[in-house]
Amino acid sequence: MRKLLYALACLLPALPVQAGDWRGSITAELTGFPEQAADPAQHRSYAALALEPEYFKEWNNRHDLFTFKPYLILDSHDDNRSHGDIRELSWIHAARDWETNIGISKVYWGVTEAAHLVDVINQTDAVVNEDGEDKLGQPMAKLTLIRDWGVVDLFVLPGFRERTFPGRQGRPRFSIPISDNPLYESGARDLHTDFAARWSHSIGAFDIGVSHFTGTGREPRFVIQPGAYNPQTMTISEITPFYEIIHQTSLDLQAVYGGWLWKLEAVVRNGQGERIESLAGGYEYTFVGINESAVDVGIITEYLYDSRGDDVDPADTLTGQPFFTSAFQNDLVLGARFTLNDAASSELLASVIVDLEGGGQSYNLEASRRLGDNWKLSLEARGLKNIPDNNVFASFRDDTRLRVELARYF
Amino acid sequence: MRIPDRLLPALILCLLPLGTTAGTPEEEGLAIAVEADRRDTGFGDYTSDVKMILKNKQGQESTRVIRSKNLEVTGDGDKSQTIFDEPRDVQGTALLSFTHKEGPDDQWLYLPALKRVKRIASDNKSGPFMGSEFAYEDITSQEVDKYTYKYLRDETLDGLDVFVFERYPKDRKSGYTRQIVWLDKEHYKERKIEYYDRKNALLKTLVFTEYNQYNDKFWRAHNMYMVNHQTGKSTRLLQSNYQFNIGLTDRDFDKNSLKRAR
Repeated sequence: MRKLLYALACLLPALPVQAGDWRGSITAELTGFPEQAADPAQHRSYAALALEPEYFKEWNNRHDLFTFKPYLILDSHDDNRSHGDIRELSWIHAARDWETNIGISKVYWGVTEAAHLVDVINQTDAVVNEDGEDKLGQPMAKLTLIRDWGVVDLFVLPGFRERTFPGRQGRPRFSIPISDNPLYESGARDLHTDFAARWSHSIGAFDIGVSHFTGTGREPRFVIQPGAYNPQTMTISEITPFYEIIHQTSLDLQAVYGGWLWKLEAVVRNGQGERIESLAGGYEYTFVGINESAVDVGIITEYLYDSRGDDVDPADTLTGQPFFTSAFQNDLVLGARFTLNDAASSELLASVIVDLEGGGQSYNLEASRRLGDNWKLSLEARGLKNIPDNNVFASFRDDTRLRVELARYF
Repeated sequence: MRIPDRLLPALILCLLPLGTTAGTPEEEGLAIAVEADRRDTGFGDYTSDVKMILKNKQGQESTRVIRSKNLEVTGDGDKSQTIFDEPRDVQGTALLSFTHKEGPDDQWLYLPALKRVKRIASDNKSGPFMGSEFAYEDITSQEVDKYTYKYLRDETLDGLDVFVFERYPKDRKSGYTRQIVWLDKEHYKERKIEYYDRKNALLKTLVFTEYNQYNDKFWRAHNMYMVNHQTGKSTRLLQSNYQFNIGLTDRDFDKNSLKRAR
């Protein structure tokens, strides 16, 4: 990985000598768990500090842009959560009807709120937050063609990033530790070069995107390796991520009508056992100016489907059969977003994901407001309820948590 | 903005000396709006730097710094892109608006932390822009076809001869029943607007000052002061560094351009 970064840095053209701009944020974070942890190695409270500066430089009348955005987070207990990353190190060149982006960058295609199915370019930085919205920087060479009939993005993605998982003291996490030595389908391991292409277009009230990805899938299956299972004690010492070559085609669609925003993400993926079909779709309806006030209230309803179900017998996993640990199989998302539209940009999002097959509920609350001109205070609460014993998330049951974040922007 | 054929009679009407015409107040009001639009036609594109100073009832201030880009569109509403510089936590956030003569406007918001381009429901026009006293519908392109009109009277305002007319938003999602506009007779620029809420009570007053002329034709206000009479809050919007005809194209107002906004 490090070699790759140096190579990419060399690819960047000689930068103009004038200095650019530094900006960014430093965030202090406290997380508390009201309930006793399942594992004595875990804790009731965690503190963390995150630094995300950004260097930005433009030249050639804004047709060339350079961005460098390192990221560093230090966690008081979880060694895996303490990590650094280069979120962005990219050179964008924009011409009249085409654009290139070379370096490390992030790509977001999704439209729905609860699940992020179509975003396949970047690996999820899962230790930062469970919501799947934090991503590791991905090396890429991207060519964008802008035409009357839409925008075409072509990606060459050299190099693969492993998903981050909580360490032994981390919380929440699965009860069985996850191995630091993943398995790959490709002999090139994390140096396999992946490809992706996307067509997107805005037509009146509709935004549509169709994408295809071929390469090492960002979402691993897991295997129990020979030796990790002890038949005498019937315990598993660790599970190992298995990154396979996948072929994934996706559709994302958004339509606006008055206060309605209709959203759909649909994915078909081959390469990880049976063909996987997944879908997230729904709406957000916004009531503007409740009771003649400035407050907007948005109602969110989404349905999540995933064909991954009970196709793997738990007994077979002990003989090396790969399995998934997560999937929204048949779930309903209900949420409400309150936007106060005040000077402090106060907002609150409350949501619940209900497993329609009796697998419990996931509760989420996110609120934030600005303090003064340069500070921002955020609150986040998450918890699972009524999770059955046989559910993969059973070990998360006592991990209801409350997090307070105070960020200083500079 | 090309003038629709059906407005031509109204345009001809307004070229006649007002006061001696036999037009109805509605026709006269429309004629004034059409003439104001005609005088601002042909600007092509322009950019400006914007500072908003928000003040609450207790006098506490907070500041917004934004950059604005605008593109004239022939035959439809204009396009604009607004990039936020301050407050710092929303730095790099950018709003793309395509206004339309008829039907709802199209709007997308770019969130730089996620690198997400988010479509915005088109009903939000009456909502506050960045917590200020300006609603989205106050700052987007004021297309002639978005209102019906009624001429009220001639008046003198701060020593200027002005037309006073009412305009009524056609969009039922507008936060206003009506607006009263004071427009100077010499340059056809707004000097004052009173906004009446859905209950037809006076909500806000906007005063335009410090006009400068650009390219020997286009007048732009550098100071817009909005007072909310119902809450006691105010917002002063200061525009500077106007630059006309810098060669912006549709390409500077597409979703890709949002990701490069900064």
